[in-house]
Amino acid sequence: MARMMYREAVLSTIAEEMERDENVVVLGEDVVGGNGTAGGPEAIGGIWSTSTGLYGKFGADRVIDTPISESAIMGAAAGLALTGKRPVAELMFADFIGVSLDQIWNQLAKFRYMFGGKTKCPAVIRMAWGAGYNAAAQHSQAVHHILTGMPGLKVVMPSTPADVKGLLRTAIRDDDPVIFLEHKALYGVKGEVPDDKDFMIPFGHARLTRAGNDVTIVSTGLLLGFCEAVADKLAAEGIGCDVIDPRTTSPLDEEAILDSVEVTGRLVVVDETNPRCSLAGDICALVAEKAFASLKAPPLSVTPPHTPVPFARELETAYLPSIPKIEAAVRKVLSYR
Amino acid sequence: MQLSREALLRAYRQMKLIREFEERLHVDIQTGEIAGFTHLYCGQEAVAVGVCEHLSTDDKIVSTHRGHGHCLAKGCDVDGMMAEIWGSRDGLCKGKGGSMHIADVDKGMLGANGIVGAGAPIAVGAGIAAKIDGKGHVAITFSGDGACNQGTTFEAMNMAVVTKAACIFVFENNHYSEHTGFEYAVGTQKDIASRAEAFGMKIWRGDGTDFFSVFETMREVLDYVRVPGNGPAAVEFDTERFFGHFEGDPQRYRGPGELDRIRETRDCIKKFRASVTSAGLLTDADIDAVDADVMDAIENAVAKAKAAPRPKPEDVLEDVYISY
Repeated sequence: MARMMYREAVLSTIAEEMERDENVVVLGEDVVGGNGTAGGPEAIGGIWSTSTGLYGKFGADRVIDTPISESAIMGAAAGLALTGKRPVAELMFADFIGVSLDQIWNQLAKFRYMFGGKTKCPAVIRMAWGAGYNAAAQHSQAVHHILTGMPGLKVVMPSTPADVKGLLRTAIRDDDPVIFLEHKALYGVKGEVPDDKDFMIPFGHARLTRAGNDVTIVSTGLLLGFCEAVADKLAAEGIGCDVIDPRTTSPLDEEAILDSVEVTGRLVVVDETNPRCSLAGDICALVAEKAFASLKAPPLSVTPPHTPVPFARELETAYLPSIPKIEAAVRKVLSYR
Repeated sequence: MQLSREALLRAYRQMKLIREFEERLHVDIQTGEIAGFTHLYCGQEAVAVGVCEHLSTDDKIVSTHRGHGHCLAKGCDVDGMMAEIWGSRDGLCKGKGGSMHIADVDKGMLGANGIVGAGAPIAVGAGIAAKIDGKGHVAITFSGDGACNQGTTFEAMNMAVVTKAACIFVFENNHYSEHTGFEYAVGTQKDIASRAEAFGMKIWRGDGTDFFSVFETMREVLDYVRVPGNGPAAVEFDTERFFGHFEGDPQRYRGPGELDRIRETRDCIKKFRASVTSAGLLTDADIDAVDADVMDAIENAVAKAKAAPRPKPEDVLEDVYISY
């Protein structure tokens, strides 16, 4: 095991996979940086430091610095994937799906089905998501509910460095398009990561991060840590929480959630997407449809309000689900009856 | 450079095959038996064939919503295509794609595309792959005078230049973006190639109603782009669309006598026949024999498409990787 940051897990996994398979190529804005300036190439190595050193190691053919042209980046990833390469394209901020969605949604996601199953499309689209940096309305959003709603995409959201390692490796070796969502507030978080260069985590397998029999909490990303803090606090009072990190929202490990709710009878879903047509609403509906008989209280969701992400510290804090809000929700489902 | 008799016959057959494929669809669609939206390529055959006759299966093309001609020219199976358009299970995409989404990746045909302007970025990716592989293969995107106004096309042109992708932008100017005239929709009121030139590409122009003009122009373009390190190029072919934007389009935007005039004076197939017979390269009998062969092939394709098994309801869930 090695101890490393979430961002280091991203970088080292890409480097290992590039080493292993010469068809793996990286592209995106500033994944190198500096090209053509007096300072020379690799002035930045990715704004998240997730491609640092790759250019020097693998060269310009495999580490492709692009102009600020998100549609062309996503489209190039599609074209590379259709012609034998395994592109790992960086979209920088998840919010930028807005300018590139056609290539993700109408192209990458649809090729296999629309072409009658005759083609592979092994592209990984990495993007940083989430609030917590006061980056305001266009650089802080959670968009996984939008992408999860698109047939043809696999949507992966690691919450720990080890999950980054295992899930990103699976994503790069997968033959279908994978959206890989990195929570920007977690890039600096450290954790133990297996050394095995074939360590992979299959998609659709949730992780139980806390175990208990009284309430099921489902969450991902930054908020997962908040939920764990709540579970730890309640454990001291003798209240047991199952905390489930789905790891991938498509495919979703429905079984893990339903099995847990069958024991606890109570569900709280905590998510950063806005409330309508959200991941939280989706999981609450899943449980209502498939585990109704087990429920002892109505499922509850804790989400931001239906607003853009605000800028000021006080406002962003008020926007995001907080530990007290999550705790209140858990106590509410416990006290229902 | 003089083409061999075999090459001339093959090129003519390809153009005629596209022509009759489309003319037959034009008739069959009116019976109501074929579902969906169909955009016919009639009139532009010299472009698809003049380009694709230079290509191997290792060269890639990305097509448009008006893609039947590109598919056939790139070698997609005529029976499989007809079956796809009829929505049958034997179709190239098992009835899941339809007219606007025919693809055959093994043939280097990376897909027709229902989104105008979406193909260019995909071709850039394929062109980067070709550059990385260094074997002199190319990726070609076909775009019309409509797609040339999409931001994706601009992004793709710049990115192709920046990355030195082995990519060719083939612009087919058929004078109409859907139902709106080129003179209105292209703000410069100039040709499209000059836009590509502004992005830093070497450009060519040719007569898209003349197979020989397209073929010879493409030879130069390909000689240039196949040289490693040269990067992308663009070429514009002035051409004509004999039918409407989609089947059923009343075409009220056409001028008086316009359709008759372009059919009479700008028909690439008539021009080809006149050119090769007057030069003594082929006889009318040679060409008539190809025509008869093509009519049989189309008749056969339609018969097979009509007789082919229909998709089953459970096929909806085939070729998906996650089911809920």
